[in-house]
Amino acid sequence: MTDTGSPVIEAKGLTKRFPGVLAADAVDLTLHRGEILGLLGENGAGKSTLVKMLFGVYDPDDGEVFLNGQPANISDPGDAIDQGMGMVHQHFQLVGPLTVAENIVLGAEPRRGLFIDTKKAADDVRDLSERFGLDVDPDAVVEDLPVGIQQRVEILKALYRGAEILILDEPTAVLTPQETDELLQVMRELADSGVAIIFITHKLREVLAATDRVAVMRDGKMVGAAVTEGATQESLAELMVGRSVVLQIEKDDATPGDTVLEVANLRVRDDRGQMAVDGLDLTVRRYEILGVAGVEGNGQRELIEAITGIRPVQDGHVSILGHNATGASPRSVASMGVAHIPEDREKDGLVGVYSIADNLVLNRYFEGGMAKGGRRQFGVINRNAEDLVARYDVATPSIQTPVKSLSGGNKQKVIVARELSSSNELVIASQPTRGVDVGSIEFIHQQLVAERDRGAAVLVVSAELDEIFSLADRIAVIYEGRIVAVIPAADATREEVGLLMAGAGAH
Amino acid sequence: MAVATPARPTTSSRSTFNITPWLIAAVVVGLLIAAWSWKSGDTEAVFGRTIRASAPLILGGLCGLISERSGIVNIGIEGQMLIAAFAGFMASSYTASAGTLVSILLGIGAGMIAAALVGAFMAWCAVTLKMDQIIAGTVVNIFAAGFTSYAYIQGRTQAGYPQWTIPGLSDLPIVGKGFSQGPLTYLAFVIVVLVHIALYRTNWGLRTRAVGEHPGAVDTVGVSVSSLRYRNMMIGGALAGIAGMLLIQSASVFNRGMTNGIGFISLAVMLFGRYRPFGVLGAALLFGFFNGLQSQLQFRQALDIPPQFFGMIPYLLTVVVLAVAGLAARPPAAAGQPYEKG
Repeated sequence: MTDTGSPVIEAKGLTKRFPGVLAADAVDLTLHRGEILGLLGENGAGKSTLVKMLFGVYDPDDGEVFLNGQPANISDPGDAIDQGMGMVHQHFQLVGPLTVAENIVLGAEPRRGLFIDTKKAADDVRDLSERFGLDVDPDAVVEDLPVGIQQRVEILKALYRGAEILILDEPTAVLTPQETDELLQVMRELADSGVAIIFITHKLREVLAATDRVAVMRDGKMVGAAVTEGATQESLAELMVGRSVVLQIEKDDATPGDTVLEVANLRVRDDRGQMAVDGLDLTVRRYEILGVAGVEGNGQRELIEAITGIRPVQDGHVSILGHNATGASPRSVASMGVAHIPEDREKDGLVGVYSIADNLVLNRYFEGGMAKGGRRQFGVINRNAEDLVARYDVATPSIQTPVKSLSGGNKQKVIVARELSSSNELVIASQPTRGVDVGSIEFIHQQLVAERDRGAAVLVVSAELDEIFSLADRIAVIYEGRIVAVIPAADATREEVGLLMAGAGAH
Repeated sequence: MAVATPARPTTSSRSTFNITPWLIAAVVVGLLIAAWSWKSGDTEAVFGRTIRASAPLILGGLCGLISERSGIVNIGIEGQMLIAAFAGFMASSYTASAGTLVSILLGIGAGMIAAALVGAFMAWCAVTLKMDQIIAGTVVNIFAAGFTSYAYIQGRTQAGYPQWTIPGLSDLPIVGKGFSQGPLTYLAFVIVVLVHIALYRTNWGLRTRAVGEHPGAVDTVGVSVSSLRYRNMMIGGALAGIAGMLLIQSASVFNRGMTNGIGFISLAVMLFGRYRPFGVLGAALLFGFFNGLQSQLQFRQALDIPPQFFGMIPYLLTVVVLAVAGLAARPPAAAGQPYEKG
């Protein structure tokens, strides 16, 4: 909050090169005691590289770091921890089967003789959690705890090691809106007690709500710094992308037509054999976008995989345009006019080592003149690729480039191009803009709305409320494998949907 | 909240009591008493043999447990045992002039060091080279079988191990023969307790349990994943080394291929014991019992069928256990995966 004395952390000219990429280019950063700094940038902008250098995971090729005015020598995370830094990783670094206390003291265990002093460990954790208002039960097993509480454990882990500088890497990505609000409040309390916080995110709303200052990165460079007061979402987005962007997509009201997808009493098991979709009903009609909102892991993945034929259906019914599609093969579902933009594009959407041209025909390499008598027709395939790369604005040196070398946003555009370029009755898009830069988000959203306006039924699954509210005509909230509410988007509030996502509507 | 929290068996931090092996042990005890009242001599022989046969399985199982809890799948236990038996026997044999006790101790030391070095080799494959761990283990097994057969010199001998008969206990009915064993056999049972305490009460144990579940969690608090895995593979190797020396203790001589699958059965023991030291103990006793039973049945020609059929019992049991218990046991989450930083 206040700028008193020398900064707790000051980085000057930090540079990191990876083969072929300048991931961080002479980046400066200052952070004061009790201050929350928002570190904003798109995926691949260099935020993670920067904090990994601060935290000793990467060795900077150039530049210096000062801690409390002194040159710091940090060669691995252990050094960083010793010098008062703590990091809460985007993917929790917690051991599921161990208790909260065990996770927190791991690596810095209080000892009595040869043994761990388990009582002291639990007491220390209890003290800490009272002091910072982070309520946890030291004896609970971590894997039984909700994600929001697990995150508290991560924060406590850093505080237990005496962290005065806390780096939070995309901490809200896995939280419900309510949990996010709680976290932002906890961050403010920590800052008031003197902790300096670097808050990494790409969510503009959270930056505005929680930070004192903002630093914006783009293409490995620090492109802007601002005091949060007075900044707007638009001004920050422009800094991030380098041009002005449309955050709220323009679309007309929906005029829904016939039912295209009908799911009735569907039950689907997850990989572990648990019933992940448990009696789910859903309808999507022509000329509308149904947004399925929910915290990840509530059956969204299994629902989509069941509809698209990838995962077996235990019970219930799926029909597409009145035809029974329950348990149909993926190809026969696709041939009913279903486009699928999968949740995990690397794993389910693309073959990384294949060229863009080949990836663009993964769903139709066998038809439409792409192959004759088993021989692939490269003329047709390449013309198709040239056309789609141009129409869908994929930035690539060539259509023969392996798809794995593209950025996240361009990979997603390849999938969108492939799936949306044939005329579809139903478009299913799972987390369509996850890890995608703001510029591409805008483009992908426009494509989905265009599909709706053309007459397709569109089903969007997203954990991002902003995305749901921006796209959906109706919002279906999924919780523990069921749709607990369906609300017209015009009548829905973030608070209401957030509560439903957290299970408030399930009884 | 939407975190799936199904009730499932865990390799939990608390050494939650696992009833299955103990239940089976209780049934076995009941049967033993019944059998003893029917044929006392045979029953006592079976019991003595149970203890003797279970000891190498205990240590092999603990070797697998420590490896896998650290995140490395060790299928090279068989090879580690064989190399230890060979190295230990050779060491004892060549130092015979130094006296019985010294040569035996040198043999045990050589066996433990040899197997620990093999463990270090597997750690190098798994941690440094990030090789497929199954292949690393297979390499060890094939090398061990080939090398020891090739390098073995026929006709060498070594001093016999002493037999420690515990006064009083060894006179008890049924279990008496269990208290007349070589020193390494007793050691195996002591090591179960030591490993249990170390795993659940010490820093090392907490870190070991963590590194097999989520190495990133260990790395990010400043503890080196590599050195912990190297160290644990060597500790596990040393235990497999003692297991190998147990075979020398029984036979007093090295034989080609003398491990005879014990290292592989140890993996079944580890699995059936659900990656817990006392679970391993219970499972090893069960396997040891069937081993004792089959050898007694073969010896007595009790039934009019070829003795080889009885010889199959322990191996059949292994297959059954791997099929049934393998479903229930939940291995450490990171077992088998090389750790990638960052």
